[in-house]
Amino acid sequence: MVGTPVNGRDEVLARLRAARGAAPAAPAEVPRAYRPAGAAADVDLLVRRLTDYRATVHRCDADAAAQPADAVARVVDAVLGGRRVVVPPGLPAGWLPGTVDAVTDDGLTAGQIAAVDGVVTAAAVAVAETGTVVLDGAPDQGRRIITLLPDVHVCVLRTDQVVAGVPDAVARLDPRRPLTWISGPSATSDIELDRVEGVHGPRNLHVVLLPPAPRG
Amino acid sequence: MSRTFLGMPATAPRGVGHLRGDEPFPAAARRGLADPQLRRNLGHATTTIRAKSGAVIRELPDWEQLRAAGSAIKADVLARLPELLEQLEAAVTAAGGTVHWAADAVAANRIVTDLVAATGSDRVIKVKSMATQEIGLNEALEAAGITAVETDLAELIVQLGEDRPSHILVPAIHRNRAEIREIFLRAMPGVDPGLTDDPAALAAAARRYLRQTFLTTPVAVSGANFAVAETGTLAVVESEGNGRMCVTLPETLITVMGVEKVVPTWRDLEVFLQLLPRASTGERMNPYTSMWTGVTPGDGPQAFHLVLLDNGRSAVLADEVGRQALHCIRCSACLNVCPVYERAGGHAYGSVYPGPIGAVLSPQLTGVADNASLPYASTLCGACYDACPVKINIPELLVHLRDRAPHPRAEAAAMAAAAYVMDRPALYAAAQRGARLSRLAGRRGRGLPPPLSGWTIGRDLPQPPPRTFREWWARR
Repeated sequence: MVGTPVNGRDEVLARLRAARGAAPAAPAEVPRAYRPAGAAADVDLLVRRLTDYRATVHRCDADAAAQPADAVARVVDAVLGGRRVVVPPGLPAGWLPGTVDAVTDDGLTAGQIAAVDGVVTAAAVAVAETGTVVLDGAPDQGRRIITLLPDVHVCVLRTDQVVAGVPDAVARLDPRRPLTWISGPSATSDIELDRVEGVHGPRNLHVVLLPPAPRG
Repeated sequence: MSRTFLGMPATAPRGVGHLRGDEPFPAAARRGLADPQLRRNLGHATTTIRAKSGAVIRELPDWEQLRAAGSAIKADVLARLPELLEQLEAAVTAAGGTVHWAADAVAANRIVTDLVAATGSDRVIKVKSMATQEIGLNEALEAAGITAVETDLAELIVQLGEDRPSHILVPAIHRNRAEIREIFLRAMPGVDPGLTDDPAALAAAARRYLRQTFLTTPVAVSGANFAVAETGTLAVVESEGNGRMCVTLPETLITVMGVEKVVPTWRDLEVFLQLLPRASTGERMNPYTSMWTGVTPGDGPQAFHLVLLDNGRSAVLADEVGRQALHCIRCSACLNVCPVYERAGGHAYGSVYPGPIGAVLSPQLTGVADNASLPYASTLCGACYDACPVKINIPELLVHLRDRAPHPRAEAAAMAAAAYVMDRPALYAAAQRGARLSRLAGRRGRGLPPPLSGWTIGRDLPQPPPRTFREWWARR
């Protein structure tokens, strides 16, 4: 020990080893008797849960399966028509109506993104039981900043991206990607534990539900 | 000298941070009890959250199985803590982050202050973090000329009101909307003088006030709810979006995390992401959860520092009974069900960790002698154990810590005298007859004389019976 500089790492680890006592041979067996991943997803439940937390849901019916892009564009027009919109570089073609003033995020500054009215993205997965949409930064979802600063977020989901519960979502997601789990618009319960929508994130969340992607 | 003790579990140092109160719990609680506004605010808030939380917990058919899994994962974490931290360090480093180790509050404050100073910024934005409150980071930054801006609405209310937090989840729970409006009108620069006390209007005022600060501050400091050893992934759970702002917008992100927050595998989050929101805010899921692994090129902060904090946790780990306090995921469910917390308020506990979990965690982090009254800040009713999503047996810990707390000499002498008398039937019978004489001396419930009066401050003295059981038996 003499002559060895005491660094924080050695000190913390030595303290914890002394405190813990003899090391266990292997990880303990954790009882996982809770409901596992794999149950069928209930899209109607997702819609109820999203609505319950003040998100607006736009369900596109079977007719939209043929032209899903048109269905999305109609919603975007209704929500953001005549306003400025930022979109990720990989947004599918045809999702934007001609009525919005769109700018693609190719490395915009925070100030430029904060100045637009809304954002349109796809999503990675949605959890029916909790009413949660998860973004993973894929090209059709973009950098985290673009879904954070604008006040309106239109998020487009296919029903085959909806899973039953949290374990299903954890199994589907890649932790190496930056992940944002979104359950309704920005909210706070800090005043008398009363939930009110709208603090720092988008105050308006619109979820567009499309039929499953065609095979092939 | 310190080298001699390298490797010995240590409690959190004195003179830094917020784990010790200025006065014992009974004295501090008396002030809270005398404040009817505080009691009304707390009663309203805890009643609301209990109802919300209970409703969403009842929606899950497997809540008890999730609790069992959460408890088992945390026990496994503590059994393998050094190894898991080394694994976490390797994973974070491989993903482009830098890991720092802080033995105590002083070391952690120095590490963070140096990191901020190296960026050249004189301001940081902060997302609510119990660990940084515990170590007194804001005061340390201020001493170095760095302004720390709290961005959580409740933290902002506390900061602008020059107040202290009183709840783990909702630090301004002791304030109602009218009081919050007054604080904003008095202390928030540029606030609209026509501000109403509508919660939505108050939230909007905070949004306007903080937006420019978010956009222009190059460094953020956060805590962490979970860190996955297997992947190096950090998770911050929040509601308002201020957490997303802090972990997304700045160039540099510094995360300070108690060592016990590590979980072994990515899959383990499937348990805690179900337990935490329902037990905490009473939501099926909180509005926002951010997860990041090291640095993502082109997206978010391009410099990420993780500070792993001991500050007394090794001392807690060294106690085989007490270590389960380190299971805590800071949900605050135990505060919301506690009859003592609901009446005394969070400030009475003196520490950033109030309520039942604070009563068992603070004395262990500091050493029981420095928070000797906290293990008694409970009726042992057990509601906290039932509410805890990771099944911390708080009543068991309270009793365990009472045993370890220093006891007054008068108490030890009285107990020794009682043992002596009860061992000798003739003496015992005489003592019972003596006690009966006290019926003549005063009314029911009257206190004992000093030095025994401490016992009867909060308790009625039982009335001695007119005839003892032994007398009644002898006459049959």
